Amino acid sequence: MAEGSDTEKIMRALYLIRGVEEGIAQRYPAGKMRCPVHFSIGQEGVSAALAPLMRRDDLAVSSHRAHAHYMGKGGSVRAMLAEIYGRAGGCSGARGGSMHLIDESVGFKGSTAIVGNTIPIGVGLGLALQQKGSDSLAIVFLGDGAIEEGVFYESVNFAAVQRLPVLFICENNLYSVYSPLGPRQPAGRSIYKMVEAMGIKSVAGDGNDVAATYKLMHAVIAEMRSGQGPVFAEFSTYRWLEHCGPADDDHLGYRAQGECAEWKKRAPVARYEKYLRENEGWSAARLEALRNEVLADIARDFAWVEAQPLPPRPDAYREVYAEDAGKSVGQNTMESAA
Amino acid sequence: MKRPVEITFAQAINEGLHQAMAASDEVICYGLGIDDPKRIFGTTVDLKERFGKRVFDMPLSENAMTGIGVGAAIGGLRPVMVHQRLDFFLLAMDQLVNSAAKWHYMFGGKRSVPLTIRLIIGRGWGQGPTHSQNLQAWFAHIPGLKVVMPSSPADAKGLLRASIDDNNPVVFLEHRWLHQQMGEVPESPDFRVPLSECRVMEKGVDVTIVASSYLTIEALHAVRRLREEGVQAELIDLRTIKPLDWPTLLTSVKKTGRLLALDSGAAFGSVAGTIVARVASDLFSHLRAAPLYLTMPDVPEPTAYELTREFYFGAPEIAAAAWKMVKGEERSFPELEREGHHDVPGQWFAGPF
Repeated sequence: MAEGSDTEKIMRALYLIRGVEEGIAQRYPAGKMRCPVHFSIGQEGVSAALAPLMRRDDLAVSSHRAHAHYMGKGGSVRAMLAEIYGRAGGCSGARGGSMHLIDESVGFKGSTAIVGNTIPIGVGLGLALQQKGSDSLAIVFLGDGAIEEGVFYESVNFAAVQRLPVLFICENNLYSVYSPLGPRQPAGRSIYKMVEAMGIKSVAGDGNDVAATYKLMHAVIAEMRSGQGPVFAEFSTYRWLEHCGPADDDHLGYRAQGECAEWKKRAPVARYEKYLRENEGWSAARLEALRNEVLADIARDFAWVEAQPLPPRPDAYREVYAEDAGKSVGQNTMESAA
Repeated sequence: MKRPVEITFAQAINEGLHQAMAASDEVICYGLGIDDPKRIFGTTVDLKERFGKRVFDMPLSENAMTGIGVGAAIGGLRPVMVHQRLDFFLLAMDQLVNSAAKWHYMFGGKRSVPLTIRLIIGRGWGQGPTHSQNLQAWFAHIPGLKVVMPSSPADAKGLLRASIDDNNPVVFLEHRWLHQQMGEVPESPDFRVPLSECRVMEKGVDVTIVASSYLTIEALHAVRRLREEGVQAELIDLRTIKPLDWPTLLTSVKKTGRLLALDSGAAFGSVAGTIVARVASDLFSHLRAAPLYLTMPDVPEPTAYELTREFYFGAPEIAAAAWKMVKGEERSFPELEREGHHDVPGQWFAGPF
């Protein structure tokens, strides 16, 4: 059973993630957001369940589909939207776009575009935490496709050898772009059991059942903070939209007829609303009020970002090196003796 | 504890690592074999004993261990990773190119990656196609990386300390043939050699010879011989390949009007080629001869003793090339041929490492 304040945080995170993603999807065709966007609609559950469990000083990294993780960790919505819009005030200086998000003020250390890329980086964060004697956790968000990258095995191995405080959160949404699991991983293999065989504690759950995910991870994270070493958690979930972009793509036929509709019945947002009404005494009015509050904030965030100025063009050449902050370092502008 | 004024290049690296680790708890050191009986050619002697868990051996996972270095760096540490052969590090290109090099820029300058990657390069003694690559040009091509190539014991220590201090990822290339070289090295823990400052090793007015790492030693022999014959060559040791100290280099070529750039890597896309191109385009009116480079051929390095006999270039070829540029005539310098086996740095080297 979730603590009272945690249930509200979870419901708020669910509304926030869904609302922001729908807001982006609705505005995306206008062409103002000119970068690839990988939507989290349908996959809000795990991030929302973790929202009250991740401390600000826990350090998270993620992948190309990171909006939910970023918002679940408490990242600034405005800074993220400005980044996606390519405006001044973007969290990554308008250089990263949707696939490169960061908000260090809440411990979101970065998401990157290459599948598997941040897995060792999260393990390295865990190494730094361990060296400093901290009880914070490093949290690595990854998908079922990243399991197929060699770096995943290297990283899990090292986390196991060194007993690092790293929590691997694998959201298995069954597809990598248009490729289903079938040609990618042997039939009948359980990802979390395979990882368990590598020597780290592994658990699994239904990522669209937010209440159960919260309950499972509440126990796992409490145990991890007492220095129990790394944990791998696999959650089943499903993306509703196309791999990249705001549209439905059921017509392409790479997913079985009716599969998406079936998963929509298990929508994490609606399911958690039902859970709160039936088990936590929430009224429909209370849900509606919370939802409206979150959506009003989101509307203000979009209004803000659309009014943000464009970044100055010289920003393209800044900060290639750390000590060069504020100046250009291209060879053509380098001081010449000629 | 007093030590001799002169120590080896490897001892200088070791002293730099000890002092860096003593100066800051943020510095950690790891690499395959870092605490094994050989201690990375002696460069990591006593680190494990002195600094405990901050020094550790690692699994054979070059890509993840590079990413772990990036993660540890953005988590507040200053990792120093080492590979006994550059070639194994090629498994780590995703983490080097997509993570370490890009992090500061692509996250809007929010966080830099103070990571030092020591890679040992070499040549000869049957190392062959995949144990001897000098890929400085590769690394220098990636915006966001720094690339350092020391040629002397003092520079090895001073540049290593500066690399560890630096807030950016640094690829630090140590030539295996230099590890036993002796030289005076300041013992002070405050000693640094700044990055991006090349060194004018010999002054001259006739030709500028640009070298780096082991080739600086070969070039030095050539320059001294040329001086005896009345050709005053200016020898520049690059020390830092990227970002390169263009002002010092271009000033020298403006003075001499001639450039001979050396490179231990393959010709196409080489550092020497980049230098020749910049000089040709920026200083064309100052040039008295076409700028020239000497590099390795666009061929993988063969293994056999006989096949490598004429494969490398050194002091005789450097002297001959400079002589021709200045005097306009062919001349060979057989007296500069190295004695003994052509494929080892000295008598001390008995292989296989």
